[in-house]
Amino acid sequence: MTDSSHTPPKFTKEMKSTHKILIPNMAPLHFSMLQHILEDEGYQAEILQDDGPQIAQEGLKYVHNDTCYPALLVIGQFITALKSGRYDLDRTALLITQTGGGCRASNYIYLLRKALQKAGFGQIPVASLNFSGLEADSGFSITIPMAKKLLAAILYSDMLMCLKNQISPYEQTSGMTEQLTQKWIQDLCSEFRQGKGISHSAVKKNFDKIAADFASIPHTVVPKPKVGIVGEIYVKYSPLGNNHLEDFLASEGCEVNVPGLMGFVQYCISNMGETIKLYGGNPFMVWLSDFALHYLDSSEQHMASSIRKYGLRPPTPFLEVKKMSAGLIGYGTKMGEGWLLTAEMAELIVSGFENIVCTQPFGCLPNHISGKGMINKLRAFYPHANITPIDYDPSATRVNQENRIKLMLAVAKERLQASNDTNTLQSTHATAFATK
Amino acid sequence: MRIGLDIGSTTIKCVALDEQNQIVFSSYERHNSHIAEKAANLLQTIQENLGITYAKLAISGSAAMGFAEHCGVAFVQEVFATRIAAQTFAPDTDCIIELGGEDAKILFLQNGVEVRMNGSCAGGTGAFIDQMATLLGLTPKELDEQAAKAEKIHTIASRCGVFAKTDVQPLLNQGATIPDISASILHAVVNQTIAGLAQGRAIEGNVLYLGGPLTFFSQLRAAFDQTLHLTGTQPENSLFFVALGTALYADTDAALETIITAMKQNGVLGSYASRPPLFASKEEYEQFHARHMKASVPRVAFGEDVGPVHIGIDAGSTTVKMVVIDQKEQLLFTNYQTNSGNPIPLIRSLLLDLYQRHPGLSIASVTTTGYGEALIKSAFEADFGIVETVAHFTAAQHFIPDVDFVIDIGGQDMKCFKVEDGSISDIFLNEACSSGCGSFLQTFAQALGYDVPEFSRLALFAEKPVDLGSRCTVFMNSSVKQAQKDGASIENISAGLSISVVKNAIYKVIRASRPEELGKNIVVQGGTFMNEAVLRAFEQEMGVDVIRPDIAGLMGAYGAALYGKAHSPAGARSQIINQHGLETFSHQVKNITCNSCTNHCQLTVNLFAGGKRYISGNRCEKPITHSDSDIKRDLYAYKLNLLQSYQPVKGKRGRIGIPLVLNMYELLPFWHAFFTSLGFEVITSPISNRQLYLSGQATIPSDTVCFPAKLVHGHIRALADMGVETIFYPCLTYNMDEHLGDNNYNCPIVAYYPEVISANCQELRQTTFIYEYLGIHSRKEFEKKIPKILAAYFPDITTKEVLTACDAAYSEYEHHMAAVRSEGRKIIEYARSKQIPIIVLAGRPYHVDPEINHGIDRLICSCGAAVVTEDSVSWLQEKFLTRVLNQWTYHSRLYAAAKYVCSQPDMELVQLVSFGCGVDSITTDETKEILQEGNKLYTQIKIDEITNLGAVNIRLRSLFAAIDARKEGKTND
Repeated sequence: MTDSSHTPPKFTKEMKSTHKILIPNMAPLHFSMLQHILEDEGYQAEILQDDGPQIAQEGLKYVHNDTCYPALLVIGQFITALKSGRYDLDRTALLITQTGGGCRASNYIYLLRKALQKAGFGQIPVASLNFSGLEADSGFSITIPMAKKLLAAILYSDMLMCLKNQISPYEQTSGMTEQLTQKWIQDLCSEFRQGKGISHSAVKKNFDKIAADFASIPHTVVPKPKVGIVGEIYVKYSPLGNNHLEDFLASEGCEVNVPGLMGFVQYCISNMGETIKLYGGNPFMVWLSDFALHYLDSSEQHMASSIRKYGLRPPTPFLEVKKMSAGLIGYGTKMGEGWLLTAEMAELIVSGFENIVCTQPFGCLPNHISGKGMINKLRAFYPHANITPIDYDPSATRVNQENRIKLMLAVAKERLQASNDTNTLQSTHATAFATK
Repeated sequence: MRIGLDIGSTTIKCVALDEQNQIVFSSYERHNSHIAEKAANLLQTIQENLGITYAKLAISGSAAMGFAEHCGVAFVQEVFATRIAAQTFAPDTDCIIELGGEDAKILFLQNGVEVRMNGSCAGGTGAFIDQMATLLGLTPKELDEQAAKAEKIHTIASRCGVFAKTDVQPLLNQGATIPDISASILHAVVNQTIAGLAQGRAIEGNVLYLGGPLTFFSQLRAAFDQTLHLTGTQPENSLFFVALGTALYADTDAALETIITAMKQNGVLGSYASRPPLFASKEEYEQFHARHMKASVPRVAFGEDVGPVHIGIDAGSTTVKMVVIDQKEQLLFTNYQTNSGNPIPLIRSLLLDLYQRHPGLSIASVTTTGYGEALIKSAFEADFGIVETVAHFTAAQHFIPDVDFVIDIGGQDMKCFKVEDGSISDIFLNEACSSGCGSFLQTFAQALGYDVPEFSRLALFAEKPVDLGSRCTVFMNSSVKQAQKDGASIENISAGLSISVVKNAIYKVIRASRPEELGKNIVVQGGTFMNEAVLRAFEQEMGVDVIRPDIAGLMGAYGAALYGKAHSPAGARSQIINQHGLETFSHQVKNITCNSCTNHCQLTVNLFAGGKRYISGNRCEKPITHSDSDIKRDLYAYKLNLLQSYQPVKGKRGRIGIPLVLNMYELLPFWHAFFTSLGFEVITSPISNRQLYLSGQATIPSDTVCFPAKLVHGHIRALADMGVETIFYPCLTYNMDEHLGDNNYNCPIVAYYPEVISANCQELRQTTFIYEYLGIHSRKEFEKKIPKILAAYFPDITTKEVLTACDAAYSEYEHHMAAVRSEGRKIIEYARSKQIPIIVLAGRPYHVDPEINHGIDRLICSCGAAVVTEDSVSWLQEKFLTRVLNQWTYHSRLYAAAKYVCSQPDMELVQLVSFGCGVDSITTDETKEILQEGNKLYTQIKIDEITNLGAVNIRLRSLFAAIDARKEGKTND
């Protein structure tokens, strides 16, 4: 093999105007806003919508078959797109998100490059979207205004996701919540284009309008099983990754709660500080990490108070979620979703979502620790926790996964029935949370 | 009237209850995937027999999801249904163990109801017992009867059915008795259920056994009783609990006629992912058939007085094959049969038959190959024994002298290799997790009620073959289940299975992305390719025409005969046992445990007439030669000894326990010196063994984590049993920085497993468990932080004492690593002086654990090589650029060792890979690429709980054969 394979093509500054950037679809809501932001910055971007079982098959051909499922899917989706003939291959680039850290997921970009070489697309440049300083010499860089937009977009998307999930199961006119969600995405993106909706005060105002809009959707709250989704970040959000889990749960008559993406961003920021506290380093970075977390916290608090004002349930702010891992798992567990995964399960349980699907790719290393590894401890803390871990991989069949989820739901529905009978619906959890 | 239908993976169960919940109708039968039809028929029978038109009806079972909805019938999850039934029919139950065709479930009913189902990678249940019975040539019922007569339990991996299979096969080949194997299989099921599902919760009180296997197999119940130390009950109607619960769950009356109609309509639905048909037309098939008829070996009459002839015997995993050829390499005689567990009587009668029919026969050579090669060679005194890859290569060359690629799919194993410059350059064997081979098709065919030839004929003209993907057998079961539910016909399932075998081979084993990677001249062989559906699927998937010799199932034996012919001088006479010897031949098998070292090999001693013995199951030469000279060239043995030299030293501060697990295999010197200096008596957990592993298996929360991690639970249990008051096992995100990579992480499991231990091991409640996050990679920071951390547990320790301890720790660590490097150098020098090959057995520190490495180090030494570790050579290599993120310390050593090996003509690298190691999916490809760039062979050995070394042996012997061939090639040039 030649030396050129050691220096894969970089995404250069010039390519910004010539190349179309393809992006895998991880979190549909969030990523559709990402696309608009990139376009505003002068990039040509497209979120890939390719779906179906052939994606995984394509991935299996070019990536080691025991690699995590998200890598198989992301790479499979890219290669499917490149093979589709839809794109001018001399003017196409790929963008992949990268978290860094001791999880094998940090290797996705390298696996992608190897796969591209193998599939005969060695000339396609790959850019990395990360906050860890990996691939620093790339022509794709996040400017300060862009970073501000991205943060605002994540907050908005988290809020929309949270409200959509709690209204749509109860809406009187089917499809209304989805329509409103799409409308807000369009509105927010056009605000972004005009440089609006990003400042602290503008965000605050929008939060209020969004909450008011969702609260005004006619809906009737009836008892439904409440199910939380946590897990490895890709299979947690991506319908391609989790066999359309949210749709399945909705069809089973559940109210779903998927903790937001900002939590993961804050977790990464928090880890910067925690790492230095544990292993030494520049104390300024600890300060910086705390500062950033408090800055984001104030936005979350605004969001929460807007949502609460209209009688709805806000997402629990990160700093509160962080406290919930106390006694369960240490902040030093920072690979993959790390302690955040355990903390999110605890948070879901105390906020009334005691039924949880913990998603992970088959053989996901961090989840052996903070997912499956912590379920016993969570049960000891919260005896009513009803958690089912579900593995996703190219041949774990849907029937198997859904059977397990149905088992969890059967228990959930039985309890719901029992609590309806005694008319104490959810009040116990509310008090449990209040006394915490 | 209430009706409950339970549609499982293989059977359909039905009950009808009257108003007093008395059973008025019940039925249990296999559905052979005709789900809709059977369900409709059952309802019709009930309708007619009981004269009812309305009933409360519900459906349950893993194969019924979706189906129920389509028919407008309520669905109830099967575990949940079991619980409803138990509440009514066995209210005092504490715990239910239910095994089904493919599912294993445990329900805890008291103190917080919990239900557990086996994960998607755990198939050792009813289907598994069926598969194992097939392997032994028994019916499941007979297997149970045999188990009652067992004297001894062998170790069979309990995680996944496929793994167990790879354990059973060599046991069979080594002559272990059928009763012992049968009982071992049932015990494996028990271990798997407990390891996979108990997850830290004790199984006690009134235990109920439910489901087919536990109803039918008394020995399985006995095995559970024995392991759980209790006596469980098998209730009346134990087969029907799910159906009963389903009936009780049903709450609305429905017209049976409407549902029957809906069911029948559902039967003709056909929506599933499909692939193009194997043949577009009858003509296409005829052409294909004719083309393959051409690759044949002439068969000639076998006279009474012929010779000289060469005999090849291939004692494979499930079959025995024998060929006799003449001097022109033509076939005189062939035989192919199932070995039913013991090949020796078969071969004896075959040879006797030859002698009797051909009194004037002159045999020039006899060559054995295959799993049973060594046993057969020794039993009958054959002339040569060759590793099966060499046999297949020799045979393939007969058909295409410049063959590029050979793929052989046999009953149990898949062997593929690339050929470059006339020698085998790259070997692919199926890892234990992907063996979709001949016996896999056989098992499915039988489960669906067909024999193999019929089953594969059905596939040829299937219109919409099911797309089943490419994964291991266990997963395949659920894919087939899904396809059945989606209405796929037998034809389409059969074709789909053939395609999946091929995909498995190409994408899982060979991992090719394009046909060109395999070369132009491909020979396919092995019994499975006699199946035309598989052959066609292979050509279709690869897009090339291949050569399938007409003796595809006999190629190993034919190659062996050719090898014998090539290596016998003119006029040679075989030393094979003569007719008289065969007539008085006797064969006895005895099992003993070798206690010469901690491996405790289970030896199978074969005794033949005249006192001749053949021992198998050994990893080293000690039980045979009674000497262990090879230990001197084994750095793994040295490392283990070195670790054992860290003994407790009594101190003023009492005892502190350290589990000898994962990274402690390298850091024990560090912590031992540290705590000894502080005045602690450092108690280390013992070297792992099977018993220690089993003692901790109930607290493992994730059944798919790697085996080295699972072993930690046993070590913690051992320390707790010793009554150690404090256990120290820190979390270490970072490892020492050896400046070979871009970062110095530990993998997530090594880094954070102490968290899992703390969260799941109940035995630690009486213990102070110290699992702080520490950073020993930065000495300055460590010295700053550790005094405070320790003070929280031991307030009397002064900072000054801690600093002295740090000095001791870091210097002992350096000393230890230097000792390993220096011994490594000595072994390399010794090997060079004797001119023997040096194998860098590259793993991670914990691969020193004999329970993890299964004595592979000794096995390599017994092949005449010297073994060193990756960390004894990695430091000789400068940091270099890799194509993956090089961020884990242990794996940086691996890459460096691979790079270093490329510069050493007499060194080869063998990589140990743990099943379930996510990091290794990245490192294996990278290591392979590094080695191939340096023109080195890449050999990978995947290890798990597996304790039998048949496949490992093939790999190693093929490696040594290839090294020799390369050497010969060089000297010939």
